[in-house]
Amino acid sequence: MRKLNLSLMPNFGLSWLEAAGPDSDIVLSTRVRIARNLQGYPFSVRAKPADRAAIFSTVREVLERTSPVAGGIVAEIEDLDSRGRQILLERHLVSRELVGQGRAEAPSSAALVASEQEPVGLMINEEDHLRLQSLTSGFNPRETWQLVDALDEELGSQLPYAFHHEFGHLTSCPTNCGTGLRASVLIHLPGLVLTKEINKVLQGISQVGLTFRGLYGEGSEVIGNLFQVSNQTTLGKSEEDLIDHLQKIIGQVVEYERQARAVLVRDAPNVIEDKVWRAYGLLRHARALDFDEMMNLLSGVRLGLSLKLLSGPSVYVLNRIMIFAQNAHLEETSAGTLSASELDIQRAFYVRSVLAEAGPSAGP
Amino acid sequence: MLCDSCQNNEAEVHLTQIVDNEMTTVHLCPACAAEKGLDSAAGTNLPLTDFLAQMGKAAIAEEEATAAGPCSYCQTTVDDFRRTGRLGCPHCYSIYESQLRAILRRIHGSTYHLGKVYVPPASEEADRTARLAGLRRKLQRAVEAEDFERAAVIRDEIHELEAAIDA
Repeated sequence: MRKLNLSLMPNFGLSWLEAAGPDSDIVLSTRVRIARNLQGYPFSVRAKPADRAAIFSTVREVLERTSPVAGGIVAEIEDLDSRGRQILLERHLVSRELVGQGRAEAPSSAALVASEQEPVGLMINEEDHLRLQSLTSGFNPRETWQLVDALDEELGSQLPYAFHHEFGHLTSCPTNCGTGLRASVLIHLPGLVLTKEINKVLQGISQVGLTFRGLYGEGSEVIGNLFQVSNQTTLGKSEEDLIDHLQKIIGQVVEYERQARAVLVRDAPNVIEDKVWRAYGLLRHARALDFDEMMNLLSGVRLGLSLKLLSGPSVYVLNRIMIFAQNAHLEETSAGTLSASELDIQRAFYVRSVLAEAGPSAGP
Repeated sequence: MLCDSCQNNEAEVHLTQIVDNEMTTVHLCPACAAEKGLDSAAGTNLPLTDFLAQMGKAAIAEEEATAAGPCSYCQTTVDDFRRTGRLGCPHCYSIYESQLRAILRRIHGSTYHLGKVYVPPASEEADRTARLAGLRRKLQRAVEAEDFERAAVIRDEIHELEAAIDA
């Protein structure tokens, strides 16, 4: 396996930005992860450095001969500087737990492994020994699950998982045991927010076993009208049932969102058009942008694109801005540590130059 | 998920409130939840206890009376588990089986894994029978799901294993 080198692989783990998946004008990405632990070792919370090292080398040896991760990319957390770790976090490729955020020292023997052929990989020595994961473009629960499932079948036939006849796969936290499966979508719902239908929808989804939170797992704060919706329980249902349920419910939410957008265009076309173009104008010309403001403006432009009120920039460009205009990414580009106000200036500069390059989005 | 309030600790208390048709969900770590008075029993500021307390205190008392542990393998005690919400090792699931069954039922509404059947990699002679049983359940699932391609692969594996056992 090759070591991750972010300067040689600037787009590592970002294939989903292409917005090639189904409904990618509303659902940005689909993520599926499953938790697995190895028999014979304590869970990470109790594991000593020697346990962690043994787990890492056992798993790594198996990965070297396991498709599609063999010959893939490995990033050992200890090898990364703090900006490198932050960049992986900002790309949703690792969890805070894996990189030991908030702790003085980087966790030992913790790593991210990713296939180069498929958007699938795993974290080693996270809260659970293994977290197999896949992140794909658009609304794609079944295919995303199949990628993770295939890797799980390969690994499970070579590694002794901790499994209980009744409780299923055993995990450090009982909220994950059974299937160990968490499937989520990152969904953009400005139509439901603007028509004030959003609370009804959120109440509805929480009554059917799904839960929502804000972007990037940063608490439950919702910015830029982006919601992360996932299954709440992992035990007592099959993986297929959990995936199908998410597919069905989110499919309905996508439908409601499209209806809400249609209502907005029908009842308040001028208001919406003005909102979209103002958002674009600010992004195109502002000299300082904090992250939340930028996300809210991007939401307006994203809505405008979907409603064909703007002819550009593409969804890909918006997705890219969302990732590359985050703090660690900005610092990486400008090769230095930036203060909060410098970050806002740098962010505005970055957004202006990307939008200028993306060409004029001439409307009527 | 981090605590909404301190942004430092893992959130373990998830409170969803509906007031005047407005729904809000807050995610808090045990310490911040206690600070906001969300721990129902004073002095027992423990995430799972909180959760259980809402569901029925009597059941907890009953579980505590039968509390086992510490885990002979990793030394995790009931208190450790209550404090962190994390178990120490796979063995803990056997040590605390009866308590966990109650907890799992409350979290997930079930205690029975209905997902993929895990078949451990063949290694020891003793594992083979377990592996065979697992493969047969797996075959059944594949047939039920009308995934005949996979069923055929599993059936071949079963034949291979049966031949190996007979030999």
